[in-house]
Amino acid sequence: MGIEGIGARVARKEDKRFITGGGRYTDDMVVPGMKHAVFVRSPHAHADIKGIDVAAAKAMPGVIAALTGKELKADGVGNLICGWMIHSKDGTPMKMGAWSPLAVDRVRYVGDAVVIVIADTKAQARDAAEAVEVTYEELKAVTDVVSALKSDAPQLHPEADGNLIFDWEIGDSKATDEALAKAAHITKMHIINNRLVPNAMEPRATLGHYDKAEDHYTCWTTSQNPHVARLVMSAFYNIAPENKLRVIAPDVGGGFGSKIFIYPEEVVCLWASKKSGVPVKWVADRTESFLTDAHGRDHVSEVQMAFDKDNHIIGLKVDTIANLGAYMSLFSSSVPTYLYATLLSGQYNIPAIHANVRTVYTNTAPVDAYRGAGRPEATYLVERTMETAARELGVSPADLRRQNFVTQFPHQTPVIMAYDAGDYAASLDAAMKASDYAGFEERRAAAKKNGKLRGIGMSNYIEACGIAPSAAVGSLGAGVGLWESAEVRVNAVGTIEVLTGSHSHGQGHETTFAQLVNQRFGVPIDSVSIVHGDTDKVQMGMGTYGSRSGAVGMSAIVKALDKVESKAKKIAAHLMEADEGDIVIENGELKVAGTDKTVPWFQLALAAYTAHNLPAGMEPGLKETAFYDPSNFTFPAGCYICEVEIDPGTGVTEIIQFVAADDFGNIINPMIVEGQVHGGIAQGIGQAMLEGAYYDAESGQLITASYMDYTMPRADDLPSFQVSTSNTPCPGNPLGIKGCGEAGAIGSPPAVINAITDAIGNNDLLMPATPQRVWAAINAAKH
Amino acid sequence: MYSVNYHRAKSVSEAAKLAGEGDAKYLSGGMTLIPAMKTRLAAPSDLIDLTHIDGLSGITVSGKSVTIAAATTHFDVSKSDALRAVCPAMTDLASHIGDPHVRHRGTIGGSVANNDPAADYPAALVAMDATVVTDRREIAAADFFTGLFETALEDGEMITAVKFTAPEQAGYEKFRNPASRYAMVGVFVAKSGGGVKVAVTGAGDSGVFRSSEIESALSNSFSPSALDGVTVPSDSLMGDMHASPEYRANLVVVMAKRAVAKAVA
Repeated sequence: MGIEGIGARVARKEDKRFITGGGRYTDDMVVPGMKHAVFVRSPHAHADIKGIDVAAAKAMPGVIAALTGKELKADGVGNLICGWMIHSKDGTPMKMGAWSPLAVDRVRYVGDAVVIVIADTKAQARDAAEAVEVTYEELKAVTDVVSALKSDAPQLHPEADGNLIFDWEIGDSKATDEALAKAAHITKMHIINNRLVPNAMEPRATLGHYDKAEDHYTCWTTSQNPHVARLVMSAFYNIAPENKLRVIAPDVGGGFGSKIFIYPEEVVCLWASKKSGVPVKWVADRTESFLTDAHGRDHVSEVQMAFDKDNHIIGLKVDTIANLGAYMSLFSSSVPTYLYATLLSGQYNIPAIHANVRTVYTNTAPVDAYRGAGRPEATYLVERTMETAARELGVSPADLRRQNFVTQFPHQTPVIMAYDAGDYAASLDAAMKASDYAGFEERRAAAKKNGKLRGIGMSNYIEACGIAPSAAVGSLGAGVGLWESAEVRVNAVGTIEVLTGSHSHGQGHETTFAQLVNQRFGVPIDSVSIVHGDTDKVQMGMGTYGSRSGAVGMSAIVKALDKVESKAKKIAAHLMEADEGDIVIENGELKVAGTDKTVPWFQLALAAYTAHNLPAGMEPGLKETAFYDPSNFTFPAGCYICEVEIDPGTGVTEIIQFVAADDFGNIINPMIVEGQVHGGIAQGIGQAMLEGAYYDAESGQLITASYMDYTMPRADDLPSFQVSTSNTPCPGNPLGIKGCGEAGAIGSPPAVINAITDAIGNNDLLMPATPQRVWAAINAAKH
Repeated sequence: MYSVNYHRAKSVSEAAKLAGEGDAKYLSGGMTLIPAMKTRLAAPSDLIDLTHIDGLSGITVSGKSVTIAAATTHFDVSKSDALRAVCPAMTDLASHIGDPHVRHRGTIGGSVANNDPAADYPAALVAMDATVVTDRREIAAADFFTGLFETALEDGEMITAVKFTAPEQAGYEKFRNPASRYAMVGVFVAKSGGGVKVAVTGAGDSGVFRSSEIESALSNSFSPSALDGVTVPSDSLMGDMHASPEYRANLVVVMAKRAVAKAVA
């Protein structure tokens, strides 16, 4: 490892501009003639639109246009789609209701976009938006999944009878039922995974610019995957062919999944720019973010885990209902299916698994991937059930897990996944040691003397990252391949640009990707630039989500680097009159092994471009591209242990310690990995103790539409985390990377809830476990 | 925010005069009014800034008599040595309002006039039998806070100061709303020659109120243990997603205990 190579704790290159206010976000973009948009949104959860009158708005000062869904439809703009086809178990395709970027006849959630108003200033647009008169006829609303499936529930889409989008299953129903029938013990649980709002620091924003002279569109947007945005807007929304549409995602201030999807605003602003003749910028305010960013989680599940007389798991049966909100967002169908139920085997040998998943429409914001996306839901279900089973069986939670661990690899689960490598006992041991698990009962007794309730809980998570082998996801219904591309451009003076389809919005790619290049060629990371986020610069790419940028994005870079290296060695061999096989790259030089002959890297690059003395027939230049399609998912795993102390008088829970022992495969920059784990755990603790999105059941209004009511984790809610890794390299990709971006959010909620329920002696506790809920659960346990 | 005319008043009389025009509102720290305007929930035609009026800021302590001018910031209240010497409960309370930004902008007069049911000062004023001084009259705290965001102030009437006699012993403890960090229950206990008074903020469905159950228990013995087994009724307490009336009732007793513990420490 060099000081800037793989494994080095290099400070993030990009942070200088971020912490000095030099970041360039979508809202910082200005083009000549640009105007400002405000969306008129539905104040109702469910209503028919009886009329829209924009005349008064159009007459307001500074107003350029006020456009409706009818006009949008007339121009042929397509409905928003879900790009992952799921078939119900009866073979029928999922029932996708129409989602017009601007509602035409009906609104289906509070915040549904109805009219776009464009004016010289945002204030003028806001004033004019208030002058738009929309006549609504209110309908009854339904916000939760159980009510939505009832026979008398309000119906959202004519395409989806009974609000049911699909009724899907995975695994072996018969084998699982047989396991349950012969079980010595069955642990049953009712599990609710609470709905969350993503809350990226930068609100969504977009700037649509139609250039009439070129008949060309440019879309600046807060996207995690600008190429996917272009593909979808070209292929499905009829904005423009791909060669006429450039999508730029500049600096993006966090996404957590919520900026994967194509939202109505991008589509409408592009269309409106052509329609009105001006570039149109829209920036969400925080309340719009709460109302319209795709939410996360929101599952209700019934679980039965069957054990034999020796406490081996013999079967797992799961019945889940998932809320997809008012419309199917871009990847919404994949989250509660292939990103969820395929992880229900956890870290365990479970011979028979069956999961049934129903997804439903409700009058709430669309629900899609949010940090972890399905895997937190699976982990919470499995790990709360394991801890509960240990209590019921009267055995140590650690021992019960250990005896059921998968220890032989590769391991084929009954739910598609083939785990390639791991050492779950190593993580468990590391976490138990770091947390002094053995000494807990003494600490519990000491706390009791002080009138406090102590508890400890663990969670042994596994996730599937490195998303994903294209053929595999294609066979499961994905509308896209999930490879990645890279281009490595060595300049004539030896500096390097790496163009990648991965997108950095907080992950530190500008540093870690440069570290990889440094490792290979010895070029200082300051001489390596990472270029991303622009469809005109980067050939193609699938973007950043599912902890895929290291495992997939960097693998593509490795392939391109391999090609560059091969050509560079040919040139070096030619220049030094040596055999190509004897050339090695060390410390920024190409050397003939075993001699003192060297060519510095920059000189080699110059030789490639002067082309005065290249091997016969070789093309000048030093630039290579590559596509990488993974052969398998990767499987990060780990053990998290949480210890809490609770004040029984108030129900206030203090996290005394939080230990994370992860297996991420090989690590490029440990500091950045720790930062990812810290952030993930903060979000996981947020889900477990603080965050919850609530809709009023009657009115369908989002009650938690601001930070006055939605509890974001703050520094004083969190302890100092003790993080460590014990890594088994991933055999499936050239760098041995598994991925680390989501682990913290996936692994931590069950550890927290297992700790709290251990402390209070009541397992009936919902997330977020607020002081009120904990206090109530303590009192319920007394009676 | 809609457009608004901003006036910087030089005197109380000028401010009062300006208040008669249009739909004007007094602006002190603006910690509630400005966010409400930004979200277009409030739309005054004119703002009259009171924070530059001579004599409207500052704390005077004379013996046990305390006068805090209306535009004194929470930070200045929290850092007043003279006030801490006679009433540390008040400086302690001010030091835990909002965050540093809020404490440097927000003022006691603004907070009292707004009477947010989750504000801290109303509990202190009621428990200490304070007097709210306006440009027209003096109003006893017990009569001043009349409901949620409602006070005895008449149109255009301006608070100029708050005054009270420092109690022998006092303490304040609050339980914060997990999201907003406003008081979900805040209890101010004060013991003086006139007896024990206990006022609760954040919990009552019509704003700050005195708890007779706790007052009578503490009148017998001003100690935390005097509240063992004491309960307060929940029927006039607020309930929301963060705290049911029953939970708030429990917190009233727990916070009262902790406030007494502070007071006697």
